[in-house]
Amino acid sequence: MDDKKYATLEQEISPKPPLFQNIIRAFLTGGMICLVGQFIAVFYMTFFDFTERTASNPTVATMIFIAMLLTGFGQYRKIAQFGGAGAAVPITGFGNAVVSASIEHKSEGYVLGVGGNMFKLAGSVILFGVASAFAVALIKTILVKFGVVSW
Amino acid sequence: MSIFITAFIVGGLISVVGQLLFDVAKLTPAHTLCILVVTGSILDGIGWYEPLIDFAGAGATIPITSFGNSLTHGAMAEAEKHGFVGVLTGMFEVTSSGISAAILFGFIAAVIFKAKGKN
Repeated sequence: MDDKKYATLEQEISPKPPLFQNIIRAFLTGGMICLVGQFIAVFYMTFFDFTERTASNPTVATMIFIAMLLTGFGQYRKIAQFGGAGAAVPITGFGNAVVSASIEHKSEGYVLGVGGNMFKLAGSVILFGVASAFAVALIKTILVKFGVVSW
Repeated sequence: MSIFITAFIVGGLISVVGQLLFDVAKLTPAHTLCILVVTGSILDGIGWYEPLIDFAGAGATIPITSFGNSLTHGAMAEAEKHGFVGVLTGMFEVTSSGISAAILFGFIAAVIFKAKGKN
């Protein structure tokens, strides 16, 4: 059997992911996590001196703290199995990636294991975030200097 | 009250975009998250992300797209004050809490939790 035939056959036989179900689950999981985040943001706005804009900073930190607890007790994996992208896209997924890599490599020591592998999964997000932020801000600065757009 | 509903819906919809990139475009989670971060960054560059935050609150600040948004936002805010140097110096101005929380809690987790299979 040639490669092309094999590829089509493999595609036919392998079970199709239930797309509609996955989308519903991702929507519900991602929505729930953001809803929890909104409650935390309102908490910070009500009891501390934060505005709608500045509340996102402590909210993100709190969400990562919750992700740390869930990951440490092995519960985040279950949320991720149910929610798919709904668990990966919110900032808790970023926290989960950092925390799980840290715990996993603990046995290799704190410097080489935890320190060296902490951003093994999350590093690409930081890299592309910084690179694209640099490009976008640079383009915008140039456009402003030439008077094409304003801040 | 309505901010809770919009937070749920917008947060859910951004997750659905991620799920479509998983299932339909057959991308790995890492590629998907990178695309979302870059998207958030570009949306802030053209000034569409801040209105989304006003509309959806945590529905826009909790998904990873907001990481790209706040990096770009910090860079542009500093660039407005100091010109080209600000692009570099302002980058982590707004988004410091996400990175520092991830590093700190990752370290704490490594100290107090034991590895048991995949976490």
